[in-house]
Amino acid sequence: MVYHRKEKNKKSEVFDMPRMTVDPNYCKGCGLCIIACPRKIIRLSENINAKGYNYAECIEQEKCTACKMCYITCPDVAITIEK
Amino acid sequence: MEIIAKRPEALTKEPFHYCPGCMHGVAHRLIAEAIDENGLINQIAGVAPVGCAVFAYKYFNCDMAEAAHGRAPAVATGIKRARPDMHIFTYQGDGDLAAIGTAEIVHSANRGEKISVFFVNNAIYGMTGGQMAPTTLPNMKTTTSPYGRNVDDIGYPIRMCELLATLVAPYYIERVSLLSPADIIRAKKAVNKAIRYNKENRGFTFIEFISTCPTNWGYEPEQARQWAKENMLPFFKLGVYRDKGEGVE
Amino acid sequence: MSKILMKGNEAIAEAAIRSGCRLYFAYPITPQSELIEYMAKMMPKVKGTFIQAESEVAAINMVYGAAGSGKRVMTSSSSPGISLKMEGLSYIAGAELPCVVVNVQRGGPGLGDIQPAQGDYFQATKGGGHGDYRLIVLAPSSVQEFADMASEAFDLADKYRNPVMILADGMLGQMMEPVEFKPAKTDAELQELANQHLSWCICPNEDGAKKHHHEINSLELDPQVLEQHVLGLLKKYAEIQKNEIRYETYNISDENEVLCVAWGTASRVVKSAINEVQKQGKSVGLIRPIRVWPYPYEAIKQVIGKNVKKVYVFELNSGQMVEDVKIAVEGKVPVDFWGKVGGVVFTPAEIKEKLEECF
Repeated sequence: MVYHRKEKNKKSEVFDMPRMTVDPNYCKGCGLCIIACPRKIIRLSENINAKGYNYAECIEQEKCTACKMCYITCPDVAITIEK
Repeated sequence: MEIIAKRPEALTKEPFHYCPGCMHGVAHRLIAEAIDENGLINQIAGVAPVGCAVFAYKYFNCDMAEAAHGRAPAVATGIKRARPDMHIFTYQGDGDLAAIGTAEIVHSANRGEKISVFFVNNAIYGMTGGQMAPTTLPNMKTTTSPYGRNVDDIGYPIRMCELLATLVAPYYIERVSLLSPADIIRAKKAVNKAIRYNKENRGFTFIEFISTCPTNWGYEPEQARQWAKENMLPFFKLGVYRDKGEGVE
Repeated sequence: MSKILMKGNEAIAEAAIRSGCRLYFAYPITPQSELIEYMAKMMPKVKGTFIQAESEVAAINMVYGAAGSGKRVMTSSSSPGISLKMEGLSYIAGAELPCVVVNVQRGGPGLGDIQPAQGDYFQATKGGGHGDYRLIVLAPSSVQEFADMASEAFDLADKYRNPVMILADGMLGQMMEPVEFKPAKTDAELQELANQHLSWCICPNEDGAKKHHHEINSLELDPQVLEQHVLGLLKKYAEIQKNEIRYETYNISDENEVLCVAWGTASRVVKSAINEVQKQGKSVGLIRPIRVWPYPYEAIKQVIGKNVKKVYVFELNSGQMVEDVKIAVEGKVPVDFWGKVGGVVFTPAEIKEKLEECF
């Protein structure tokens, strides 16, 4: 299960961290985001989506800096970046 | 927390049918971002090619026309002349633009039609299963050059940016690459400029994207990008070939 | 409105502009170059668009784009150039777009010559382009009729969202006859025309919630869906066949012993010959299809009087429309054909001789 969270001006430190979210419906497991990520915090999930692809997911969200490299290289516009 | 990067409004919700790692999706997204950032979504229409991007009319969230193979620049001419208040782009691959559509692209560029042409060059015919393209490199093996492209028999790849730059009318011509995030960031600037010039009706704008075809080249997505960097970029040099807005003639 | 002496090629151009056509894309080819030249001069005067395209292929695709934008648009050419447009016409028909195409026929096949002929009948009425589609085909036989067909063609194209062809020939294109034009469309009428296709054409979106996503397209990879689309086209064509047949009868009476069927320029020669043999008391009637698609099969069948011993078809080709006549006649009466090919035009004397042989 992957869900988006859009909270403006929330002061809580727990929620106020950059994050990248992959929508499994779009991801084809091409792996380009994994290569692009400078923090190396993306990997292919053990789960598969409806098309049979192992989709990408972020494994250490707290290390994400919202650099957007993954978003920039993703050919399926599967990624959403929040900061 | 706010969203700083997401699916542009100018793209529909339809998932792309392109192969994993094919950079068509990136090109689509850059164009859609430029449409959003220039506020053109209500005034823009595109023309889809025949090729892997034949379904582009399903992916761009604006009025779209499907053209016959190679004819997109002529179709775009008809639309722009009929509705000069709208802004028109075409999206074409190497078979569509540099083979069957060579006359149409040269003449729409020569007339200085106020359209934007986005040309995806991956040196092969993807949709039909990997045949040779006019942009296929020397000695490159494809299903219709199984022994490698023999330049003595059928010549060399065509460099469209250079060819169009011999014409007086075109306003902006740039070749960019989609082969790395840094390249894509530079490509985004070029696409934005093309769309901005289009919005201002300055003239004919042309962006050539050096891209990959992992499936038909027989490579994984990352290896395909490496192969393109090593083999395509030396022949298809990136850069600005014309920019009348910046005084580059 | 008084009559002007005008060449056919120019008359059709003038009539098209008066019908509200403001977009014209074409390539020069003899014997219709006067048409494109007239448009080059006149379109800018009405703030229209004229482009001499790089080829007939480019021209028909510009037509596709402009038609897809909901505007009245025309192209013209002659036989070899019309062949180049066949791909585009199939796409235009498949995408259900309105447009007008004028073919000023010349001798063929191949490069042929520049003399008048009627050799493109099959191409116009039986296909030409690929797939299950039809063109509405109008066949003028005088400069006046040629000019009148402009507004007819645009109206039919808009009504049915289909390409319409005006199938003329080099004789009609080149000759000068008196013509009276219909009044030009008023600004209010032009505005109405501009708005008639907004429900499906490429046009700007309004600000606000309700945005449209119009697609001008003939591609459908799902065969079940494509089937439904083509069945829809066939329904449209059936409607056209019901409502849009036009033909002329000439000297038809119960005394007819021979019935002629002829179209376009050929029909004028046949009329002269019919007049001549009538003076000898030989009664020959003529039925002239004014539109060759949809074809007046029923009308031909009905008009075969009880004394008709033969149906004689005369064309400036090797025998093309005669096949439709045979379908109409259903073997009731023998059908004969005589024609000229290669851009040679027969004379009234030659037709008269053929008719006399029947008696």
